[in-house]
Amino acid sequence: MRTIQTEVLVIGGGATGTGVIADLALRGFRCALVEKRDLAHGTTGRYHGLLHSGGRYAVKDPKAATECIEENVILRRIMPHCIEDTGGFFVVTPWDDDAFGDRFMQGCRDTAVPCEEISIPHMLREEPHLNPGISRCFRVPDGSADSFLATQSVAALAQAHGAQILHYYEVKQLIRQGDRVVGALCYDLVKDEEVAVHADLVVNAAGAWAGKIAHTAEVEVNVRAGKGTMIAASYRIVNTVVNRCKMPADGDIIVPVHTVSIIGTTDEGVPDPEHFAIEPWEVQLMMQEAAKIVPGWHDLRMLRCWGGVRPLYQETKVADTRDVTRAYTLLDHETRDGVAGFITITGGKWTTYRQMAQVTVDRVCEKLGTARPCTTHETVVPNPFEQGHGRQHHNLGQRLADVEKEEAFGQLICECELATRADVEHAITQGEAKTIDDVRRDVRVGMGPCQGGFCTYRVAAIWHELKKPSIEETNVTLRDFLQERWKGLMPILWGPQLKQERLDELIYLSVLNADHLPGPRASRLGPAMYEPGTVWESDHAHV
Amino acid sequence: MTNNIWEAQLDITPSDHKPVELTLDHCIKCNICVTACPVTAVTDLFPGPKYVGPQAGRFRHQGQPSPDHSVDYCNGCRVCNMVCPTGVKIAEINGRARAHIVQSGQVPLRRKLRNNLIARPELMGKVGQPLAPIANVLLHSGFGRFFAKLLLDIAPNAPLPRFSGERFSRWARKRPDAVRSARKVVYFHGCSTEYFEARVGKAAVQVLEANGFEVIVPPQNCCGLPLLSNGEFAAAQAYHESNIHHLIDYVKQGCVIVGTSTSCTLTLKEEAPEMLAYHTPDAQLLTANTFDIHEFLVHLLDAGELKTDGLKPMPLTLAYHPPCQYRAHRLGRPSTEIMALIPELTIIESQAACCGVGGTYGYKAEKYDITMAVGKSLFDFVQEVNGPIAVCDSETCRWNIAAVTGVPFVHPIELLAAAYGYEPEGPLAEVMK
Repeated sequence: MRTIQTEVLVIGGGATGTGVIADLALRGFRCALVEKRDLAHGTTGRYHGLLHSGGRYAVKDPKAATECIEENVILRRIMPHCIEDTGGFFVVTPWDDDAFGDRFMQGCRDTAVPCEEISIPHMLREEPHLNPGISRCFRVPDGSADSFLATQSVAALAQAHGAQILHYYEVKQLIRQGDRVVGALCYDLVKDEEVAVHADLVVNAAGAWAGKIAHTAEVEVNVRAGKGTMIAASYRIVNTVVNRCKMPADGDIIVPVHTVSIIGTTDEGVPDPEHFAIEPWEVQLMMQEAAKIVPGWHDLRMLRCWGGVRPLYQETKVADTRDVTRAYTLLDHETRDGVAGFITITGGKWTTYRQMAQVTVDRVCEKLGTARPCTTHETVVPNPFEQGHGRQHHNLGQRLADVEKEEAFGQLICECELATRADVEHAITQGEAKTIDDVRRDVRVGMGPCQGGFCTYRVAAIWHELKKPSIEETNVTLRDFLQERWKGLMPILWGPQLKQERLDELIYLSVLNADHLPGPRASRLGPAMYEPGTVWESDHAHV
Repeated sequence: MTNNIWEAQLDITPSDHKPVELTLDHCIKCNICVTACPVTAVTDLFPGPKYVGPQAGRFRHQGQPSPDHSVDYCNGCRVCNMVCPTGVKIAEINGRARAHIVQSGQVPLRRKLRNNLIARPELMGKVGQPLAPIANVLLHSGFGRFFAKLLLDIAPNAPLPRFSGERFSRWARKRPDAVRSARKVVYFHGCSTEYFEARVGKAAVQVLEANGFEVIVPPQNCCGLPLLSNGEFAAAQAYHESNIHHLIDYVKQGCVIVGTSTSCTLTLKEEAPEMLAYHTPDAQLLTANTFDIHEFLVHLLDAGELKTDGLKPMPLTLAYHPPCQYRAHRLGRPSTEIMALIPELTIIESQAACCGVGGTYGYKAEKYDITMAVGKSLFDFVQEVNGPIAVCDSETCRWNIAAVTGVPFVHPIELLAAAYGYEPEGPLAEVMK
């Protein structure tokens, strides 16, 4: 069996894991990260993209609110290219309690979250599609974040400082020697072989999967997987993050991220972070709640629906996962469970990933008996895909402006999201892409309204040309990606998106015969479909 | 059926008008518009209607400067709208995107000046028409063209019209023999008839009067389309409001508005309200009661109310180009239907999408070559038909095709007026001598 020896092993390639490995690398540790799929494949890549101001937790969870605003300021400084400065509103709709506005203001004051009330005419001038029945509006420094780009950027920073990032390495079992965890037995999905990674210390940053990982070392960590379902509308109906001004609940936030507006979310405890279904009632509820904020929401084209699982940590069992603190938790299993060489960092949210990494690595230093100061709060994270954009926030028009500047109109592979041939080739040859879905996370191919209808075959062709796999391998790569896109379309098939999918179906099944091309139907790198399969009722669109 | 077809419809249901940008949601990326677009077919400078319309629309933000400039190469022909299977209002999305570029001050000064000049035919007419003999010489001299290019980047070969010796409205006011009748229509002459081609208006009045109508020619302004297509929305809205002000009382008294300029009538009907998102009750009333003249005549024909007897034969074979702005009315081919009534007249219809001029588009130095390339097949067609004159409903198209081919153009209404026995003027008079 192949073995890898390192000082610190980080498990999980989401925001937390990549944050930890970057911090470790910057502090000069030898370190490696294993992620069972692509970076940001899990919860990080499936959240609504909110850069919290803390407003959302100002009343309910002041500790989380304070963490959020601290990190909000830092992230805007260190990774501006991943953040769009949309600003955020908290709005009191006719369904909400007017008086909550005052509690909200007070909560923001107490937690140092900047907040000002603006007039409704002013709000409607900025966001004309909002419900004119809204009675109060508060402005906070929310933003929207590109969590794919951020994760890639942080990982690239780590690599630049010597860290090893291992994609498609699934942890089968932690390796335990007596009272000590000494590494992890991994399965390399691409090479189809087992690899043992030995380390002085293992950091479990597997998010919602952290409980499963710990369990393999006979350590019990009670991480509840709180499923959140989100739907993206096909364009920016709002350009500001809009939250309902009330206690956090289902479907109370619309986040503009890149070209889409995302309504989120539900919160349902699921037994397994890997297997969950998107239920019709969730889609219905999101549609209904979004329309309270933007009354024309039903007329918009729904682009895609997906679910992510929050890692919610609690020492004792609770019934409603919303009441679990959103602040993060660091568990030192040596003091907690008598198992040395093993730390778990879980809970939290994207916005606080850097702080979580900092406290984790502080503890690593302590464990390894060294004192090395954290520098991530002042280390600018470069954009691995572009030079020269400097320290500017990204904005909605950026990709269009770039294409216009280069006059790359004829070079577009994904026309919806404006990914050029050069972008795709770079992701395939320079990046770590193992599947077209990985290319998607790098350059946004297939993420627009046609959901891969016109770019999947183009990317597959470029893939085949550059990587020179067998025809069968290319075919399965194509099929895996089609399935991956299809997965998020089934729950929202009505109106324009149904027309689109009919056209896409004609392209792939009738014209290209994609389902009968030689090669396996699916590969182990393909998507896991939502389970159990849901039976959709015919009238679910009329919500 | 409650009204006579010449009476205005006043009980219209106000419709729910959504911003045209929302229609981008219906794009299924099928590329049909791209294959039909006459501009993208001839130049790489225009990435095509799908790219600049529904696609780029997702990257635009009202609060930020426009990220794109290629949308300015759309000539507004609206072929994309016509072929779109899902109803995306691509041309309007483009027009509004251009306005955003203009409003955010992203157009260089020289071009801004030029656009503001050529988008104001009313102003040019008011200044130039009284000085017609001098102005015509100056505008058509090599010297004048040289300076127009130098100072304002106007294409040296731009199809500039000639000012007419008499303003149409003056002619209309001073007619002692005007018909008085209980059947009244309002005539919207537009700038071309008023300042450049009074003969078209005269023919229209004669045809309407021959059918028993009293023709009212109220004071009116430019419809605002040239300003709309140059992104100068504030000025366009001022014109549109003024036109509503001048016309709406007639509508409320039961008169419909009839026009000979297909782009003016389209603007009153659809373009101004949609591009400006201007949907007041009066604007909607005007929209519902404005007709292209041949649309109106076909209604009369269908109702058995059009004079069709005693038409003079016209033994001619003529090329006819239904302009894209006319097709955009989505009416079929009313002019073809009316011309078919004229004995011995053979009309050969062009299948070309667009002549390329796009109103003021072809007057711009940087776009002139594109205009020529777009119109190429149409120019060839007109020359192949090789008639003594050719026919087209839209003025800027007539001027453009005539300038390139050397074939004089008439408006189809001139043919019907002549068939009714009225004395033609201009190119038609030459042919019928």
